[in-house]
Amino acid sequence: MRLSRRARVLLRTAVGVGLAFIYIPLLVIGIYAFNSSRILKWPPPGLTTEWFSKAFESETAREALLTSLEAGLVATAIALLLGSLAALAVARHRFFGRETISFLVVLPIALPGIVTGVALSNTFTQVLGIPLSLFTVIVGHATFCIVVVYNNVVARLRRTSGSFEEASADLGANTWQTFRFVTFPSMKTALAAGGLLAFALSFDEIIVTTFTIGAGEETLPIWIYRNLFRPNQLPIVDAVAVIVIVISIVPVYLAHRLSSEEGGVTGGKGGGGMVEAETAAAP
Amino acid sequence: MRKKDARPARTAWLVVAGLVVFMLVLAGCGSSSDDSGGGGGDEAMQKLGKGEGQVNLISWAGYVEPEWVKPFEQETGCKVNNKTGGTSDEMVQLMGTGEYDGVSASGNASARLLAAGDVDPVNVDLVPNYKTIFSDLKDQPYNTFDGVNYGIPHGRGANLLMWNSDDVKPAPDSWDVMLDPKVAAKYKGRISVYDESSYIADAAMYLKFHEPDLGIENPYELNDEQFEAAVDLLKEQRANVGEYWSEAAKQISAFANGDVQLGTTWQYQYFALQGEGEPMAASPASQGFLPKEGATGWSDTWMISSQAKHPNCMYMWMNYIVSPKANAEVAEFFGEAPAQSLACDQTADKEFCTKYHADNPGFWKRVYYWETPVADCGNGEENCKDYNDWVKAWTSIKG
Amino acid sequence: MATEAVAARRSAGHRLAGLFQGRPRLQVGALLAAPGAWLVILYLGSLAVLLITAFWTVDPLSGAVVKGFSLENFESLVNEPVYRDIVWRTVRTAALVTVTDAVIAFPIAFYMAKVASRRGKAILIVAVLMPLWSSYLVKILSWRTMLSEDGVINWALNPIGLHGPGYGLTAVWLVLSYLWLPYMILPIYAGLERIPNSLISASEDLGASPFTTFRRVIFPLAFPAVVAGSIFTFSLSLGDFITPRLVSNSQFIGNTIASSITNDLPFAAALALIPIVVMIAYLSVARKLGAFEHV
Repeated sequence: MRLSRRARVLLRTAVGVGLAFIYIPLLVIGIYAFNSSRILKWPPPGLTTEWFSKAFESETAREALLTSLEAGLVATAIALLLGSLAALAVARHRFFGRETISFLVVLPIALPGIVTGVALSNTFTQVLGIPLSLFTVIVGHATFCIVVVYNNVVARLRRTSGSFEEASADLGANTWQTFRFVTFPSMKTALAAGGLLAFALSFDEIIVTTFTIGAGEETLPIWIYRNLFRPNQLPIVDAVAVIVIVISIVPVYLAHRLSSEEGGVTGGKGGGGMVEAETAAAP
Repeated sequence: MRKKDARPARTAWLVVAGLVVFMLVLAGCGSSSDDSGGGGGDEAMQKLGKGEGQVNLISWAGYVEPEWVKPFEQETGCKVNNKTGGTSDEMVQLMGTGEYDGVSASGNASARLLAAGDVDPVNVDLVPNYKTIFSDLKDQPYNTFDGVNYGIPHGRGANLLMWNSDDVKPAPDSWDVMLDPKVAAKYKGRISVYDESSYIADAAMYLKFHEPDLGIENPYELNDEQFEAAVDLLKEQRANVGEYWSEAAKQISAFANGDVQLGTTWQYQYFALQGEGEPMAASPASQGFLPKEGATGWSDTWMISSQAKHPNCMYMWMNYIVSPKANAEVAEFFGEAPAQSLACDQTADKEFCTKYHADNPGFWKRVYYWETPVADCGNGEENCKDYNDWVKAWTSIKG
Repeated sequence: MATEAVAARRSAGHRLAGLFQGRPRLQVGALLAAPGAWLVILYLGSLAVLLITAFWTVDPLSGAVVKGFSLENFESLVNEPVYRDIVWRTVRTAALVTVTDAVIAFPIAFYMAKVASRRGKAILIVAVLMPLWSSYLVKILSWRTMLSEDGVINWALNPIGLHGPGYGLTAVWLVLSYLWLPYMILPIYAGLERIPNSLISASEDLGASPFTTFRRVIFPLAFPAVVAGSIFTFSLSLGDFITPRLVSNSQFIGNTIASSITNDLPFAAALALIPIVVMIAYLSVARKLGAFEHV
């Protein structure tokens, strides 16, 4: 597109301002993580790395991290399974209620997290009578992670033609063999990308988690929330946050590379948006 | 394309509806056996057995600290897991889960816990240190129901008026600095108020002093007119409020950052801020006076859960926390009057008990302990506002 | 290879796979059984139970849930003006946040889709995705410290005689806009990518200024993507309870539900129905605007 010099400059400025808006708060936290004082006055009087060593030493932080990892892995596994099953059904078959399934899958993310959290918590404690625990947390996380996997797989399956599977069947392969040798390989990277994003979603989640977690457990976000206001703990929380940001650069990059193999953007919750099943697929 | 799917889509919704109905049936049947509800709990324990190795507590911030918890754990082998509650509401809800052994309940929680069937009577004979507890804490309406003891007194205190002495001059001696719209406007946006419906009682107490025509006796027993007056006063206050706090640590950081300059608080926050070198001053009982209208306060009781999985450890804890040394430590740490009379010999500051009026029942007559408002408040008319009214009104007050 | 497999042994698994052959209905049924059960029974069912719970009440003293049909909760919601204030405040903020995010996101997305080089595009995508991973809570905390009396914002503004917004509704708007920005950038970027450059060239060849091209070609084509992004910014803002709690004193739908749930679960359930209704309305409008076709 041909843009005048002025338009180009304006656009670049807008982008710059936008990026600054995005990154300044993160930098602020980064700086506070090195703050030598416990008080949050700006600018910080000095720098120190003691909070990072304290963060590594903190037993509660480590336990919370492990709990988060456990919950994330199990929830992701469930989401991978259920999401791909639903995606396979929707992308490769026509049946009544196809439109409904797409809508249903997206609902846990489209509705505010507090609704999901309160509804699930209510069901667990009032209807099913089971105590809240890591199990209920995992159930909650899996519910809204399904859509991330589903969207990635559906998008991928739509891009690859169904004719390969037909050819495979014509050549005599049964349904399992077709899936294993034809469909699955083309899905692999979509599954990986969806899985990484589902894990990210679960790892950072706090709203639904608050309502579904038992009294004695803590995921990392819950740990952060509980320590947010303790003046003694705050710098350690900042240090933990910085560590999490740094560590997570790798999965983000990986997820991006994996999903961009076919050229589309399927990142994050926003990328996993709504897809109208029938109307999108040409007959 | 969409028209063709109309009928199949409808069928799909029918299937969905069917499954949903199935869930509803489950909901109707489910948990009818769960809630224990109503009346008192079971019998109190008759004999103390061996410790179970752990005890799960719910407590106010500052009540369960390593300083005195570690010796307890070493002595009894009961590992203490503690959850801090910010409000009585939270504590009642947590006790309802049945996952805790005991709670340090204030007066506005104890009656509710009993009504919900979440607590059992306490056999005070199994708590030797109970004998030497101050007598005006025993058999009180907030810890004894129908003549049956339901807990062990922990300690008591008055809610404080605290202010930043650099910003608030002259030093206030009345709650009008927070509740009188004209005076409070001076500190608009810098006032910190406790985020719980029990604060309505503070307004009622203020009106008892300043508008005696309303006829308020007990700030927790209010008829329509009195209640409305208190609620209106608080609605006027809202314009000046900077924050409604429900976590002690949140209030501490707000004062330290300069976001608020005065408010209601507990001694715990006052000590913490002084410890950080902040120029705080307060009207605590320790300074020998209350604001002229009096103050609301609390008298806390350790209660045992009816679903306690570690009752022996819980009894050991209750006995320990009111033992002279431990009770002295927690009272001095938090800043409240100890329940244990022998604790007064154990405090680091020898004047502690005097400062906090531990042995001065006359002082406590001007402190209105937190209580659960009930409709049947003993005036023969049963027209007092009940707890639900208070909670709903609180949402309206905050706007 | 496949022909050999067919000619080979007829194991049980083989027979099972054969069962599905040529029976699409059975395949669909088997595929959908698990996810369907999860989503319909567990999730939809939970929502249904929530709906029922909204018609129950609570014993004022013990706090125990009393089952039995009552309209008390809904009466409170309708009669007490404070709930109308809370809902309106939340919806208004969510709308404001959505518009703000659209305005900030569009230039960035446009630059990424139409102006940046291949390399620049890749870098920008990662740059935009990265913050999604930095803990939601920590971002709010960062703003809380920036907005405080002694924080960065006042430190920067005081020398020129201004004062930061402090805590309150403005803070909530700022923080929510900040949090959901990536969820707006990505769909708009995807939508803009789909606009063929030939259309833009054609518009320019026909003599339209860049601004006219934007107004009459680009924006209308990108609009459904903007709506798609808005679904998330709106929904996430509608239900958020942590942000209002940490950077303001005000009651929004989210934190009102969260504080009601401790002592009056049925009432909290009734409150929770409000965002559901609002979102269903929003979603149906969004669908009409074509948002559902946009990633």
